[in-house]
Amino acid sequence: MRTPIIFDYSKPGKKAYNLPEIDVPEKEISELIPENLIRKTKPRLPEVSEFEIVRHYHSLARRNYAIDDGIYPLGSCTMKYNPRVNERVAKLSGFTNLHPLTPQELSQGALKLMFDLGEMLKEITGMDAVSLAPAAGAHGELTGLLIMRTYFKHKNEKRTKVLIPDSAHGTNPASVMMAGFEPIQIKSNEDGYITLKEVKDHLDKDVAALMVTNPNTLGIFEPEIVEIIEALHENGSIAYTDGANLNALIGISRPGDIGFDIIQLNLHKTFSSPHGGGGPGSGPVLVKEYLKDFLPVPVVSEKNGHYFLDYDVKNTCGMIKLFYGNFSVMIKAFTYILMLGEKGLVKSSKTAILNANYLKKKIENPYFKNASNLTPMHEFVVSALPLKKETGVRALDIAKALLDRGLHAPTMYFPLIVEEALMIEPTETESKESLDKFAEVIQDIVKQALENRDSIINTPVKTPIKRVNEAQASRNPKLKWLAD
Amino acid sequence: MNLQKYPNDRLYYEQHEWVKQVDEKTVIVGISYHAQDSLGDIVYISEPEVEKEIQKGDEIAEIESVKAVSQIYAPVSGRIVEVNKNAIDNPEIINRDPYEEGWLVKIELTNPSELEELMDANAYRSFVEEG
Repeated sequence: MRTPIIFDYSKPGKKAYNLPEIDVPEKEISELIPENLIRKTKPRLPEVSEFEIVRHYHSLARRNYAIDDGIYPLGSCTMKYNPRVNERVAKLSGFTNLHPLTPQELSQGALKLMFDLGEMLKEITGMDAVSLAPAAGAHGELTGLLIMRTYFKHKNEKRTKVLIPDSAHGTNPASVMMAGFEPIQIKSNEDGYITLKEVKDHLDKDVAALMVTNPNTLGIFEPEIVEIIEALHENGSIAYTDGANLNALIGISRPGDIGFDIIQLNLHKTFSSPHGGGGPGSGPVLVKEYLKDFLPVPVVSEKNGHYFLDYDVKNTCGMIKLFYGNFSVMIKAFTYILMLGEKGLVKSSKTAILNANYLKKKIENPYFKNASNLTPMHEFVVSALPLKKETGVRALDIAKALLDRGLHAPTMYFPLIVEEALMIEPTETESKESLDKFAEVIQDIVKQALENRDSIINTPVKTPIKRVNEAQASRNPKLKWLAD
Repeated sequence: MNLQKYPNDRLYYEQHEWVKQVDEKTVIVGISYHAQDSLGDIVYISEPEVEKEIQKGDEIAEIESVKAVSQIYAPVSGRIVEVNKNAIDNPEIINRDPYEEGWLVKIELTNPSELEELMDANAYRSFVEEG
């Protein structure tokens, strides 16, 4: 049965509002609005009561699965607990009632928060300057690339290519194209990392940068990254790191110390604000001193204890977002950092790594193959190819079977270099009991696949929507409700 | 399903395309059983350009499945002389019948000796199953 939508409850004349009696003289619409802008037919809006609205959306909300319901092991998404104190701070009326055009002398608190957050992010990453403006991770990538483009233009160097490992997030090559560069793919070796040799083979005077996520999407800390960055710098190229996986590194390794020149962070991942289903995100970009003059405007600056939006950035790459980024996410990240403190942050990264490796060990079985022989950090990838060969049960079927058992599926079929990939990131906020339960369920699914493959292939049967015909949905999507 | 995974009547390229000779200078090209199986249900293929001159290894089309987007490469150099519109418009055909109804392009060879560089069915089988 089709799930009702709000229009299905509509009956002419029902309403969820009461307007007070009119207390100004009535006028014809045509006296107020130009003829060509007056609509001829009534808009088709649902006519429903307030209680129907509440029940309808409450019933939809109950179908949601969120981190508050249980483990959410989506690799590379860092779905960790969203501490309630973050929400409490973000809801302070001083923040929520602050209009973005409030004069700066009356919004010193908000500006100070942004300035201090920037300083803390500089300390965490080992970088020298920051812009908090980008709206999310991919927007941060684009900003980093625009900084690069402006830098090379300023230096009068024509560099057109950006090297990207084949294990990269799809947003990396997309951002590269959008910024006007050409992405060049670097092959990972059989253990899922890039070698100095492979990078050198592609390194010439056209190369603007290498863009690499570290640890990479297999959760592997790139073993040759220091040498690779040296080679880039010798070539006059920039070392860009995508900070999507920073959750593995805080207090352990600073990208700036390793030699990276630019990083974008994902505050909504690493620093615990709710995300998924479209945000909101926040993707600050941090750079080394020599790129400071190319940051987008404005940056938040301080002079004699006074904080202000500073448009005086010499060779700025321009403005990339109206106002100054997603402020509520910044408040939550700021709160998270202060609540954990230095020791807490280090412990969270170490626990994230421990949890991932514990879970990796617990789900080992003859029908999964590790994507790399190296020890991963905060996430890991297994290939379900042996299980597929033995039983025909694929990574997709395992993911569906997890839904029937009340758990969220991991990322699957990514990174693309691993066949039948399951990419698992439990994060530091799962307890040992929760990890044990997840591992037990995975082992049970594998066992069941061997005994009775159809019982797995036909899952899910307990969810509101059963197995979806993905090909049909993709070839002939029906995305619109039609009234008649 | 009775589908042959590695039919003997054609040659194979390392990017998982097959090549079948129709006459001395002309071949038809498609993707292998293994390629469609790894991709999963195919939902879209970009239409290759007829009359386009291509070099071996060039990208001739983009192929999208429910899992991922990837590329189809030219296994030989030549000129594209015909495109299988039916398969482009109904990509499920390629999953169902990659070797006959699901062929993709007809290519007029510029360098027929390139055929010697391709794998036969046995070599391709070991390339897929052991490689």
